[in-house]
Amino acid sequence: MSGHADCVTSPVPPAAGRRATQGGLSNARFLLVSFTSAVALFAALTLARSDYVFFACYVIGQFVVLATAWNILGGYCGYVNFGSAAFFAMGAYSTVAISMVLTEYAQTLAGRVLGAIPTAVLLPLLIVFAGVMAGLVGLGMGYLTLRLKGVFFSIATLALSVVLQTLIVNWDFVGGSRGAYVIRPNEFPLPGGFVGYLFALMLLLVVFALTGARAIERSRLGFGFAAIRDDEGAAEAAGVPTLRLKLIATTLSGALMGMAGAPFPYYIGFLEPASAFGLSYAVNAIAMPMVGGTQSWAGPLVGALLLGTFQQVATVTISSVLNLLIVGLLLIFFVVAAPDGIIGLLRGISRRRIAKKGVAS
Amino acid sequence: MTELFFNAIVSGVLLGGFYAAVTVGISIAFGMLDVVNIAHPAFVILGSYAAYICNATFGIDPIITGIVMLPVFFLLGQGVYQFSYLAFERHSTDNLRGLAFFFGLLFVTEVLLILSFGVDYRYVEALYIGKTLHLGPLDLPLRMLVPCALSLALFGCLQLYLARTFTGRAIAAVSQDATALRLLSIDPIRIKRIGFGIAIATAALAGAFLIIIQPVEPSVGREYIGRVFAICVLGGLGSLPGTLVGALLLGVVENITTTFFGPSWAPAVGFGLLLATLAFRPAGLFGR
Repeated sequence: MSGHADCVTSPVPPAAGRRATQGGLSNARFLLVSFTSAVALFAALTLARSDYVFFACYVIGQFVVLATAWNILGGYCGYVNFGSAAFFAMGAYSTVAISMVLTEYAQTLAGRVLGAIPTAVLLPLLIVFAGVMAGLVGLGMGYLTLRLKGVFFSIATLALSVVLQTLIVNWDFVGGSRGAYVIRPNEFPLPGGFVGYLFALMLLLVVFALTGARAIERSRLGFGFAAIRDDEGAAEAAGVPTLRLKLIATTLSGALMGMAGAPFPYYIGFLEPASAFGLSYAVNAIAMPMVGGTQSWAGPLVGALLLGTFQQVATVTISSVLNLLIVGLLLIFFVVAAPDGIIGLLRGISRRRIAKKGVAS
Repeated sequence: MTELFFNAIVSGVLLGGFYAAVTVGISIAFGMLDVVNIAHPAFVILGSYAAYICNATFGIDPIITGIVMLPVFFLLGQGVYQFSYLAFERHSTDNLRGLAFFFGLLFVTEVLLILSFGVDYRYVEALYIGKTLHLGPLDLPLRMLVPCALSLALFGCLQLYLARTFTGRAIAAVSQDATALRLLSIDPIRIKRIGFGIAIATAALAGAFLIIIQPVEPSVGREYIGRVFAICVLGGLGSLPGTLVGALLLGVVENITTTFFGPSWAPAVGFGLLLATLAFRPAGLFGR
């Protein structure tokens, strides 16, 4: 197995090689910078002293994580996942399942151990647990379908939401079709209250996702992904272990989506299958990277910030159905007219400017 | 018990016949033309709403509406193919953009239907809805029998067309060897356009069948995505007889599941079959 890993470096496509030498911040510095900006953002929002700001920003952060996660598989490898909602709900429902163990089996050993953990400590653990569960689903799906043409994987993910929803609806322990309540703590010791804490967790996830995606992009792993995206047959022939890389991508992407979903039941207080499996997650997870640009980590971030903010405003001012329509139309528009997204458009403009300067001098 | 079992099988066959009509469009587009039209169920729902409007305002039988709408949907399909060809197919064989495009189309159609008709269930009225044929212990509701019989007829026509006519054979050949078609001075793009038009046209009829069988609301289409692709893959890509067998099989298995385990488990059957096929026999039952 380890012998194969060395092969990954040899077939580096020229474009990817160039990107690696572009330089910029090292991964550790990038992590530091993004963490500092996250802390600054949190401090600034605490000054607003309004829970609504946290509520709205939490959703946007959640979309940033989802879009980044989708892009690890979709943008880097070129495999389209339509089942983002399924992975997200997988994360949300693993939280519900644990909290049900807490309330239903409070007297048993497992219930007592879990009950002794304060919510502030429990939530990060839940996020990790959700990541593991969703990652396993991703791995299983990938293992069954990724040996075939990419289309089959996409089709299987389309059906995955329907099936997981069927399972959840029939599973009474997590509330079935009626839904389940998750009890939020009334008092919370940290600044910003419980909602603030949820938002802070989501911000950390955003930092984690962006740093991870950026690091992947610049690593051997990322070059292997790019080789798969550009020409899978050639990559395979050149010795890239394509199946293994694709499985890594599906697992990472699925795990990250699950992690984004884990705090959701605490955020919303009452979770039902229809809201956890909402079509808007699947659509937004695709539309945001496509609008922002799928080639780099910045694309999903830009797309999610723009579309997420727009939807937060539009849901209040216009109607929520209409704003979904706009997201769908934007998706089609960008796919047809600007396949490299906003980042691609900006790069095109700056390149043209440099070219003009070159001619002038 | 045996009576229940046989009834489950028979109504499963009827259901499967209807599934075949929904799937045949995907079978042509995906199996023969290599266009992954995941928006097909949205076109089926569009067909249902066309049948609903004509039935509610003029009292026209949904099947007549379905037949009248065939040329309209044919043109619609040609338009969609031409657009997607101009937008990406001629540039590259990049799956990502095509898939995202059709996904966007599926989503936008659904939202537009919600905006114009709301999320209420719509249904049609016709003479044969609500009547049942009794053959000994077997119950054959006409609501299921009529769509099934017509869908078998549709299959026969399509199979004849694809096997006997020049254009039909070209459609079946186009994704295998477009260059060979060019050498015969056939324009592969034109053939693909016609093929895709036919694929979408079948959605007009399938939509009419759907609204006869069950009340329809805009998001019903999503339930069919897993089913139709499961059937398509199970039967083997590009094989119409395979599609028919796959559809009947899924209908029977799903119906037995509904009868013995409850209707809430039925949606999982299609997916289970899909995954099992992909894992163990990706070429499908009738695949080459």
